Amino acid sequence: MKLGLAIEELHRSENHLARALLAASDRHKTDHEVFYVARDIARWSQDHVQALAAIGADYGVELDAEPEDDPGMLAGLRQKAAEAVGRRPEPGMLMLADLRHIHREAAGVSLDWELLAQAAQGAKQKKLLELAQRCHPETLRQMRWANGKLKASSTQVLVS
Amino acid sequence: MQIDRIAEPWGTRTPYGPGEDWPTRVDTHLTDGVAAEDVDRWVQSATILHSNGDGLDIAVKDGEIVGVRGRAEDRVNHGRLGPKDLFGWQANKSPDRLTKPLIRRNGELVETDWDTAMDAVAGRAKELLAEQGPSAISFYTTGQLFLEEYYTLGLIAHGGIGTNHVDGNTRLCTATAAAALKESFGCDGQPGSYTDIDHADVIALFGHNMAETQTVLWTRVLDRLAGPNPPQVICVDPRETPVARAATVHLAPRPGTNVMLMNALLHEVIANGWVDEEYVQAHAVGFAELQQRVADYPPELAAQICDVPVEQIREAARIVGTAERLMSSVLQGFYQSHQATAAAVQVNNLHIIRGMLGKPGCGLLQMNGQPTAQNTRECGADGDLPAFRNWSNEQHVKDLAKVWNLDPMQIPHWSPPTHAMEMFRYAEEGSIRFMWVQATNPAVSLPELGRIREVLAQERLFLVVQDIFLSETAQLADVVLPAATWGEKTGTFTNVDRTVHISDKAVEPPGEARPDLDIFIDFSRRMDLQDKDGQPLVKWSTPEEAFEGWKECTRGRPCDYTGLSYEKLRGGSGIQWPCNEENPDGTEHIYVDGQFWSAPDYCESYGRDLVTGAPVSPVEYKALNPTGKAVLKAVEYLPPHEVVSQDFPFQLITGRTLYHFHTRTKTARAPQLQKAAPEVWVELSASDAADRGFTEGDLLEISTPRGRVEARLRISGIRPGVAFLPFHYGYWDEPSGHEPDGKRGRAANELTLTDWDPASKQPIFKTAAARVERLEKSTGQPSAAPTTTASRPVSGDVPPTVGGPAASATEELTTVSGGTR
Repeated sequence: MKLGLAIEELHRSENHLARALLAASDRHKTDHEVFYVARDIARWSQDHVQALAAIGADYGVELDAEPEDDPGMLAGLRQKAAEAVGRRPEPGMLMLADLRHIHREAAGVSLDWELLAQAAQGAKQKKLLELAQRCHPETLRQMRWANGKLKASSTQVLVS
Repeated sequence: MQIDRIAEPWGTRTPYGPGEDWPTRVDTHLTDGVAAEDVDRWVQSATILHSNGDGLDIAVKDGEIVGVRGRAEDRVNHGRLGPKDLFGWQANKSPDRLTKPLIRRNGELVETDWDTAMDAVAGRAKELLAEQGPSAISFYTTGQLFLEEYYTLGLIAHGGIGTNHVDGNTRLCTATAAAALKESFGCDGQPGSYTDIDHADVIALFGHNMAETQTVLWTRVLDRLAGPNPPQVICVDPRETPVARAATVHLAPRPGTNVMLMNALLHEVIANGWVDEEYVQAHAVGFAELQQRVADYPPELAAQICDVPVEQIREAARIVGTAERLMSSVLQGFYQSHQATAAAVQVNNLHIIRGMLGKPGCGLLQMNGQPTAQNTRECGADGDLPAFRNWSNEQHVKDLAKVWNLDPMQIPHWSPPTHAMEMFRYAEEGSIRFMWVQATNPAVSLPELGRIREVLAQERLFLVVQDIFLSETAQLADVVLPAATWGEKTGTFTNVDRTVHISDKAVEPPGEARPDLDIFIDFSRRMDLQDKDGQPLVKWSTPEEAFEGWKECTRGRPCDYTGLSYEKLRGGSGIQWPCNEENPDGTEHIYVDGQFWSAPDYCESYGRDLVTGAPVSPVEYKALNPTGKAVLKAVEYLPPHEVVSQDFPFQLITGRTLYHFHTRTKTARAPQLQKAAPEVWVELSASDAADRGFTEGDLLEISTPRGRVEARLRISGIRPGVAFLPFHYGYWDEPSGHEPDGKRGRAANELTLTDWDPASKQPIFKTAAARVERLEKSTGQPSAAPTTTASRPVSGDVPPTVGGPAASATEELTTVSGGTR
């Protein structure tokens, strides 16, 4: 069985998604909804990372339960930079790019959960299936957030 | 009987029992020296300094307003009026009224004529449309104009200019009410009716200090409490409000933990089997998910997070869980707090799972704060499409385009409307370059004022302010348009329980001030806005014609006005919509027998994710709710975004007092009201004050990373760890004019943070971390906070708030048993 590999891959991609959300949050500190919501939902990915690490042991993979984090200094720097350019229109384009990136990352994570759920079902791994059923909807919500935010923000950025 | 209505805000009790008619009590206040028989004319209207919509008559003598009298025949108030209504009308004749348009020349606002002012407004709008398009233009309106004016504004902005940037200050007050109703019932529109108070055996007020925000409605509750078989009252509020003092159970949770508390209440209701399973089965979707979600929220957990005794949570749950006729109301304690929509939706969930909808006594009100906020929402002046049409339903957009005789492409519907906070963000980054503010004062009422002042003062932003006084915001404008107000123009408006009132013109506006409707139509003509046949876009020039236009727009929609007319609204009581051929006398209860407006092709909204705010797609909604049931939405608790720390150990909440409305532009110009609450104060609990050696009346500095405010201390019954500031006080009556004089201000919003609920986009005013330090010890003088309200002092040494002879009002009680109606 290669379930351990799939868990390891998800652990990596969820970590990546959490970091992408936090970095976007910092970069768009002056866009308050992105700043706060991206932080709120990064927590879902961090929670998934912990849960994957916990269940990984059952499948022979040793994973760090602590979500990877940006060094605080870098986050602070990004927030300061965001405030410095908050009165200019250029960050709008950067935000669209960031949201697009998050959407793609989340889509990847979503596929990973789907694969894991199917495999868990095939191998009759109840606990693993339950984990996928609990986490996957949150990934979809992260994706829909990026999509919805893109839809709401893009017109003003592109036509102004 | 003469009563000091500053000292006795709710007046004399007229007790009544369940199912009985609320007795009539007619309240009158006339200016000194005028008796009722001296009055030339009584002109029909309703109250405008809160959302209750109490019917009143304006007394006119020698062409001037001389007082007001409650309308005995009105279903809403049965003759009663609140202190703001009895005295607030005096602001109309304040010498400070704007009487001529102003225009900025060489940095100064100078008087000009209407042509020059309107040409400047239309000229700049045309320039920007040519240069950038509609994305440069925005309208920020209010909850205080009339229905006809909002509808015309919505038509001009959406249909004429084609901009998506239209919102009202209702974003700060009732956006969550609308959002919560859309989430649960697919549509705005209040399920409850004020008459539910007459029947309820339990009245639950969630973050709603009804005693101060809707004094007459609270009078109705007090009269039930004084009568036989009184209802039990549940109060959720961190302050010891008059509601809390009357409550059977008062839950005072930590600010920012409402969802935790609500989930625990639902947990108990479900775990104890108090669910109306038949109703849920027949009329709701989403129960399994709700059950699963709240299973994780036992009262013990909530007790810890909310810091509320677990027995109180259980007792409150038992009372709402076993109520036979549960009436609930929700307001700013939920709407302006963290996870606003999520928390308000849980109150809807409580009513749905208990089957407490569409029957006498089973009312649910997602309360409004302003007199005409319901119309801002209905008419589309908050950015939504008129008559609760769904912007993401192509058919609805086509239908509206037909009513307006426009190409559907002309009506912006590519994404959700731009909400107020986003508009200020766009203005900040420079893509909105024209903002037209009407009857609202963002330079005092929005969060983080330092930022807002900077945005409004930008050279590159063309700011138009339409108001009746030179507010803090008006002082920053490029053009100021003097408007007529209530009593000086005719129109209609709708209160929170869907009651429509007419408000007739009683007197002439001062100087050259004009009705808002006339200003909008003038703008439309100068812009030469046309329909698709080249005819003028706005096809009316009087309020009554506008109302007739609106009626057509509402035909077949939930807020159906087609059965109403100016004639029908004159002479009697206000009438509740829907009012049409089937319901010619209006409709007291909607959602009778579980019939909702939530079918996918009819609903106003498909809803949003309550955590992320992402809109639900039409396809998802159809799958979730194919046959138009109520939607039970479960949500997890999230910790607040700003938490207390060693440097900022207090949780700061802002709010209102009974005697003032908004930024006091009217109430401070009514001497009785101003005297009752003359200056800002800060409230702390007795234990917090004792820990720091503070005493009543000490001058304190309250600060957050955003700013500093100074205020005198009132030691009140507020929960420990929380500081309260009223948000009414700005700078227009201070020497500095529109901003703090020196490093400390007095506007609470110097301190609040820029953050909003992702679903309703309502800013959060009740979750900031603050520091409190003493600047000066009191010399024995207490703070000037009212003693009759939530700011009641804990010590007995503070003289009580009284109004004296100037605040005397007449009460005529009906003694006939069983009431007069």
